[in-house]
Amino acid sequence: MTAVREGRTAGSGATYRFTLNGEPREVSVPGMRRLLDVLREDLGLTGTKEGCGEGECGACSVILDGMVVDSCLVPICQVDGSDVRTVEGLSDAETAALNPLQTAFLEHGGAQCGICTPGMLMAAQVYLDDGGDADEDHVREAIAGNLCRCTGYTKIIDAIEAAVLARDAGSSSQSSGGRPSSDESSGGKAARDDTP
Amino acid sequence: MSDTALDQLGTTEAPVVMSPRVPGEVATLTRGLASPAPLRREGPGKLTGEAQYTDDLVFPGAWYGATIRSTQAHARLLGLELDPNFDWSKVVVMTAADIPGENIVSSIQDDMPALADGEIRHHSEPIALVVAPDKATLREAKRRIKPHTEPLPAVFDPLDSTQQFAAYEITHGDPEAAFRDASLIVQGEYRVGHQEQLYIENQAMIAEPRPDGGITITGSLQCPYYVHSALKRALALSDTQAVITQAETGGAFGGKEEYPSVLAIHAALLAQRIGKPVRMIYDRHEDIASTTKRHPAVIRYRSGVSADGRLIAQDVEVVMDAGAYCTLSPVVLSRGVLHAGGPYECPNVHIAGRTMATNTPPNGAFRGFGAPQVGFAHELQVARIADELDVSPAELRRRWAYREGGTTPTGQVLHESVAADEVLDRATREADYEGVREVSRQTRAIRWRQAAEAGSGFNSTRLRNASGIGIAMGWHGAGFTGRGEINMASVASLELGDDGIIRILAANTEMGQGTNTVLPMIVADVLGVESSAVEMAPIDTSIVPNSGPTVASRTVMVVGGLLSKAAARLRETVEARSGGDFADVYRTDARRHGATRVDEQFQSATEVEFDEATHTGDAYPAFGWACAVAVVDVDLDSGEVRVRSVVSADDAGHVIHPLLAEGQVEGGTLQAVGYGTIEEIKMQDGRYLNDRLATYLIPTSMDAPRITAILVEKPFSGTPNGAKGLGELPMNVAAPAVVDAIHDAVGVWVTELPATAERVLRALEDGA
Amino acid sequence: MNTEPPVVSPATLSEAYSIMASGGYRPLAGGTDLMVQLEADIAEPPTAVLDLWRLDKLRRVSTDGYDVSIGALTTFAEVRRSPVISARLPALAEAAATIGAAQIQNRATIGGNVCNASPAGDSLPVLLAVDATFDLGSVEGVRTVPAREFWTGYRQTVLRPDELLVQIRFPVDRSRRTRYRKVGTRAAQAISKVVLALSYRDDAGTWRDVRVALGSVAATTVRARQTEAILEGERPVASIAAAAAAALAVELSPIDDVRSTAEYRRSVSARVLHRLLREEGGW
Repeated sequence: MTAVREGRTAGSGATYRFTLNGEPREVSVPGMRRLLDVLREDLGLTGTKEGCGEGECGACSVILDGMVVDSCLVPICQVDGSDVRTVEGLSDAETAALNPLQTAFLEHGGAQCGICTPGMLMAAQVYLDDGGDADEDHVREAIAGNLCRCTGYTKIIDAIEAAVLARDAGSSSQSSGGRPSSDESSGGKAARDDTP
Repeated sequence: MSDTALDQLGTTEAPVVMSPRVPGEVATLTRGLASPAPLRREGPGKLTGEAQYTDDLVFPGAWYGATIRSTQAHARLLGLELDPNFDWSKVVVMTAADIPGENIVSSIQDDMPALADGEIRHHSEPIALVVAPDKATLREAKRRIKPHTEPLPAVFDPLDSTQQFAAYEITHGDPEAAFRDASLIVQGEYRVGHQEQLYIENQAMIAEPRPDGGITITGSLQCPYYVHSALKRALALSDTQAVITQAETGGAFGGKEEYPSVLAIHAALLAQRIGKPVRMIYDRHEDIASTTKRHPAVIRYRSGVSADGRLIAQDVEVVMDAGAYCTLSPVVLSRGVLHAGGPYECPNVHIAGRTMATNTPPNGAFRGFGAPQVGFAHELQVARIADELDVSPAELRRRWAYREGGTTPTGQVLHESVAADEVLDRATREADYEGVREVSRQTRAIRWRQAAEAGSGFNSTRLRNASGIGIAMGWHGAGFTGRGEINMASVASLELGDDGIIRILAANTEMGQGTNTVLPMIVADVLGVESSAVEMAPIDTSIVPNSGPTVASRTVMVVGGLLSKAAARLRETVEARSGGDFADVYRTDARRHGATRVDEQFQSATEVEFDEATHTGDAYPAFGWACAVAVVDVDLDSGEVRVRSVVSADDAGHVIHPLLAEGQVEGGTLQAVGYGTIEEIKMQDGRYLNDRLATYLIPTSMDAPRITAILVEKPFSGTPNGAKGLGELPMNVAAPAVVDAIHDAVGVWVTELPATAERVLRALEDGA
Repeated sequence: MNTEPPVVSPATLSEAYSIMASGGYRPLAGGTDLMVQLEADIAEPPTAVLDLWRLDKLRRVSTDGYDVSIGALTTFAEVRRSPVISARLPALAEAAATIGAAQIQNRATIGGNVCNASPAGDSLPVLLAVDATFDLGSVEGVRTVPAREFWTGYRQTVLRPDELLVQIRFPVDRSRRTRYRKVGTRAAQAISKVVLALSYRDDAGTWRDVRVALGSVAATTVRARQTEAILEGERPVASIAAAAAAALAVELSPIDDVRSTAEYRRSVSARVLHRLLREEGGW
């Protein structure tokens, strides 16, 4: 899983440090190298897929500082100091158990060929983390940047809605969740950006 | 022709309850979780990123290969110009002259070269290969190779072409006499464009030299034995020197039926030459620009209706654009011709089809395989006739649809498993078709007048959107045409290893539709064990027998059937010698008696009478039946069509795994909605203009309608499990249902797919 | 990308200006355009890249009551959720919502949209319609260029090679209303076939300072001056709407391309304008 891929000359890049799935990482690569290539080729994390290389399909989606982005469009120089989450970081690090979103995808048939699945999961995970609700139109908008050719999206939407309900059922029984609510995290930003 | 019928997942679960197979019974299934059926077997790997697709695999020391392609549609190839300012010792360049075997990509005809030799016949045709130790060098080398060519005149329109790859004609009854008796004759010309499969994983192949002088291929593919045949010929390898293995495959839909043979040959040529593994991973642009598409077609209909409202005559002409090489075009055409009558009884039918060469990239297999093209046309015909007769389109179909005992244009008598009524009833009931249509009918005059006003100038009506409901029916011949299965004589095997593990050996691939989950369910059901006790051998031609390609929705029906029989034999053998129930004794049986392997070869349950030349007789063992109801909104300002909902009822004969089967219907429905509305390829001088993902657009989650899949089961007695295949069926019906709904909304017929906003607005303006 | 150009990521704007002054640098904001060009081999790669992403000062929306200022690095996601934009120019938030999907909106910046100068830039007609101005900075200082003078041709602007767009401004005018409509092939992730913004000052029912701006119908985002002239000083009644829509159809010279046809673009531009006029007129 961590083997570095063949055929990549390291180049004379600067050193970039970021957090990847909770672990500090450091790479010395050209700054314009795509985050996608750093993940797949330099770090050997091939869960993130390339579907188009031009930000159309979302197969390479990862979570960068809490936001879903296409890793084919992000140069590594813009990741320095950031927090990156990929599909490899979703399941439990200790037990390898699927997280609730992955479980919902498995049970509801949200993955068929599986190639869009890692990116789809990352878009859906951000939606869940940001407090998204089970409204079908909201779910559809949240994954509009992730093309799927197998499912017609129906079972993906079913899975995300189920994960939302599971999250809400879980959070009502154990009042304090691990993550800050979206209001807190975006509220600070809005106050800084907007000074009406 | 993406396979199908599958759609199941599976892993490690509780005993599977198979639904009963009583002939004539239509089972009711409900939506829900996979339980108690097993979860998708390879699902966890796909959900954690551990699943290894071709580009995820590490081959130490591998070089990177690329293809030099033509930039002209038709030209003489005089040679290659290599930039003298580049150090060519760093890379290897190969041309047709360097091919050790035959320069042929083996298919129906031997017309397609692996690398163009002397003549270029289409834009993006491969003309040379280059391989380099790293991507940067490869990219630089690629830029410095220029083909030296001399242009030749090109043909782009199949109607102008004089080169015919195949033609078929069917005559049933006396159509011309019947037309004389008809009280209503409706004629129409329909056109459909290219459609790209758009699997999200691009074509990808890795070739590795073998110690025996052969090549091992690892790639994204549907049909390992197709690749095996092609590789042997082009590289002059023996059966055992060519080994084809499948990596996890990210969608195919027919698009990885033919092209992987081309790519495997290319990668293998390079690997053999340099003695190192070679990776050839297409980017999206190259994939769209150069791989096969659904055949464009021009289809003309003349239909005659008697005074008492019966369909008494049909005359159909189908012209398909094959592109520059034959590929599977004759078979696609054949299926198109065989389905062109639609699922309707008609005593007098003439169907003539031909597939013509043009200087465009070759077209090939895509889910539905000729049937979606004619399906659009025959359904628009029926819709227009219903409009002329002023009867409910559903009612007209109910009157005309095949019943058991009906006779198709090839003279095939449909003895059993005809579910036209059931799919029509189930879809119309679920969508409340007549209720919605009645409301729609009451406001139709006003709505159509407003649409006409909108079309005549600026839309000054209060209405911004007009909504409508539409319906379409379809049928799909299950599995190969005619004697195809008999000729192929596929073998699938089941093994009880001396380690006590039950293992399926078959060449049928998982590409998302659920082979890995469903085949073990079928076997486990016969053996009386849990499906988790049954393993799938890896897809590797040195291990698994040739159980045929994963196409034509044949996997559950044919290969599942073979495995059912193999399982019954295995169970009998084990129970006879070890006593007791298989589930209780097979482990000890294996210890005591060692490995037991059962090979099962295809044998037809009945004598199949089909004459290829005249296209008469039993075209298919059975047909699947489908009905879709679509609701759309048409924007009267822009002509944009929003498909709000589609209900699709599809008869699979017997459903093995309901959740996976629903997934097939939902996915096929959205591909059909894309085909019907936005998926368009424009051509310029034989080149696809929409050759990137920013220009070839498929529906996003915000474009996708709410899809309701209804699974209907009308079992077929000719297979052990009653299944007929499912994957392609939904592809045939949603597009015409959408176009019918557009007509219901605004009163105009769009006769060319896709029904883009441009075409809808023009139809509104022309109609006004 | 296999042969990545070198990149510098300055921490301050003045540092960025100095680097730009040294010549040969291509500015990089959210990367949603440049990264595609590099990967696709569409154009000669730049010899060097200047990464602006860390210049957080350019990532803000504010107003002093007279002008609204949007930092060039403000992403469309930030534009969408900005209370200032929602209050002062909801059409811009609407335009931002039509761009790509979440992945693109989280990275693509309004400054990037302006400087790429694509005729299909979704936010550009709104900026043109509200008479926005662009502050262009360099070691020599800041100059302000109105949007109507900024785009000089297909993907061409008045930006000098040493200049950076730092800020976009438009005046606060409570009597001004701006409407927006994009027509694309699909509901998300679509490049426009036609994009149109209509803006006017409501003077007791009479329209003043009317501006009609369109994208994807010419080599640059354009104003439809003849159409504006018909609307100027009028009320949005049926006869005026019909005349304006007809004038727009005549005034535009769109082309056929991979996304649509000239005929459709002409027709749908007029129809969309007519619809907006009808909605503004309440009839």
